[in-house]
Amino acid sequence: MYACLHAPGNLPLLIECARGFSPHIETNPPDTVVFDARGLESLYGPPQSLAAEIERRVGVPASIAIAPNPDAALHAARGKRGVTVIARGREAEVLAPLPVNLLEGSAETAESLHLWGIRTFGEFAKLPPLGVAARLGDEGVELWRLARGEGSRQLRPIAAALEFEEEMEFEYPVELLEPLSFVLARLLNEVCGRLGARSLATNEIRLWLTLENAPEYEALLRLPVPMLDAKAFLKMLQLELSGRPPAAPVVKMRLAAEPVKPRRTQHGLFTPASPEPEKLELTVARVRHLVGEGQVGTPELRDTHCPDSFLMRAFAPQPAAGRGRVAEAGTKAVAPAAARLCLRRFRPPRVAQVIVVNRRPVRVMSPSVNGRVVMAKGPWRTSGDWWTPEAWNRDEWDVAIESGALYRIFQEIDSGRWFVEGSYD
Amino acid sequence: MRRAVLPLQALRVELQSRFDVPFEIRKRPDREQIPTGIPAIDGLTEGGIPRGALTEICGNESSGRTALMFALLGRATGRGECCAWIDAAGAFDPASAAEAGVELERVLWVNCGGNAEHALKSADLLIQAGGFGLVVMDLADTADAAARRISLASWFRLRHAAERTGAALVAIERQIHARSCSTLQIEIRATRAVWMGNLLRGVAARAESRKHYRSRTAEFTVVK
Repeated sequence: MYACLHAPGNLPLLIECARGFSPHIETNPPDTVVFDARGLESLYGPPQSLAAEIERRVGVPASIAIAPNPDAALHAARGKRGVTVIARGREAEVLAPLPVNLLEGSAETAESLHLWGIRTFGEFAKLPPLGVAARLGDEGVELWRLARGEGSRQLRPIAAALEFEEEMEFEYPVELLEPLSFVLARLLNEVCGRLGARSLATNEIRLWLTLENAPEYEALLRLPVPMLDAKAFLKMLQLELSGRPPAAPVVKMRLAAEPVKPRRTQHGLFTPASPEPEKLELTVARVRHLVGEGQVGTPELRDTHCPDSFLMRAFAPQPAAGRGRVAEAGTKAVAPAAARLCLRRFRPPRVAQVIVVNRRPVRVMSPSVNGRVVMAKGPWRTSGDWWTPEAWNRDEWDVAIESGALYRIFQEIDSGRWFVEGSYD
Repeated sequence: MRRAVLPLQALRVELQSRFDVPFEIRKRPDREQIPTGIPAIDGLTEGGIPRGALTEICGNESSGRTALMFALLGRATGRGECCAWIDAAGAFDPASAAEAGVELERVLWVNCGGNAEHALKSADLLIQAGGFGLVVMDLADTADAAARRISLASWFRLRHAAERTGAALVAIERQIHARSCSTLQIEIRATRAVWMGNLLRGVAARAESRKHYRSRTAEFTVVK
């Protein structure tokens, strides 16, 4: 069954009312809406009850028709006042008194029908179909079927605008984060519910806070994988807000989510377990809140010889597909038999006083590294980026001090100052 | 009157028929281990670093603790596991790790900037989250006084979380601090630095396992 609402000048209201019953809505501007009412019997009972419910909800005087096909419902709503319910098989009988100009044919067809003295659906329906086809062509046959209530077309639903934004203006400025969190939770639930209804997720959430007598506050939540967990989003935004609180009381909140397709992954039976991306993102946000921005992530080495040069990227490990047992066996085969000596860096390098005899360091003195040098190998000069302000130019030494510890020290050529870069371990 | 003497096996069968309780010592299932790839260390630990347990690796500066952990990290990331390096002092060198065979994109590095308490909390959060195969807590540059302030209850909590999630939790320290909470304790001492020509070539070290009834030692070399 299909339901049709007709109320001149109230199309947005009709659409809003129809959305309450079905997601499949067809609009026929300027004043008619048809929606798919199949399956609503279990909720609202027989068509008469459904029509009564529609009439109750629409809120304005409207013609309502329920019919087995969209065209019959459309014509009945446009041609009859009040509520019309057409049972299956009785379409022609109910539509018969309607004026034939409701059929919306071409001007030539309408003129022909007028000249023939056809004024109603019923009169048109009584004409022989072969005669109609011979005189009015395909269009005439189609209109003849509509006049008999035999429409068989599919509904042409309107595509709802994909807007995943919510906003709320407060009656009075909100100063504390806790009441703000309640509102934030509500907005997130609404946006996530809307995303979920369309089988979507999000990988970017933006929050704007309009502040009282202060510039607008903006927070951006970028996720490495699409997610749809309102609780996790709330926690992440709470951490963001508590780590970087707004500078003034909040008068308005706006939230927007970027819709993307959800993540679909198939895990292998023998691939190693990895953290759930949704849970991991929340955990990383908590750790970031603890240790500070830019201190958590995956280091990515830069293509340069500059010492200690890397970028901190977001931790987003790719699934270890196809690496399971085979990879394990492979790494065992090529495993090195000895560990590699590593550098433990001092960040920033520690300033040191170094006594040099015969151009070799013989003693290192700094607050944390102090001792006589028992072995020193070097110098190795490195330099680079001389065309930028971050240029480096230095002589490096590997030294062992009397305690047995091994360090890398270096002297800046330009300033002549010595530093301890780190210890070998 | 003399009491009838039942053989032990007959007594066990008799009791088992009456009570639904096994009268045997249940052997704990063997833990899965992550091999380090260094034969001496794998021999010392009878297979590698145990999963679902806390392991302590202690030693002085330049003893090869970090090299050993990078070898382990390289093994774990090579298998496709996600690992975390919680760096209390911010001493992690990505270039050294990459040279040691670590796949950096599978390593979550937490730089705590010298705050041991943050390191402890971060370790707790990451282990509780689950999914990490190896979590390394690097307290090697943390002052002994600060490391000693970590309570036994905190170590126990970490151990329990590791047991629950199956992660191998390894702490690098100067001295043993977790005591009974750690399943494996390895103490490393550098025996000599190896110099060749004008180059530092590596460090010869001796590792001692301190959780066995009989102390075991193994010697290995860390090459540059």
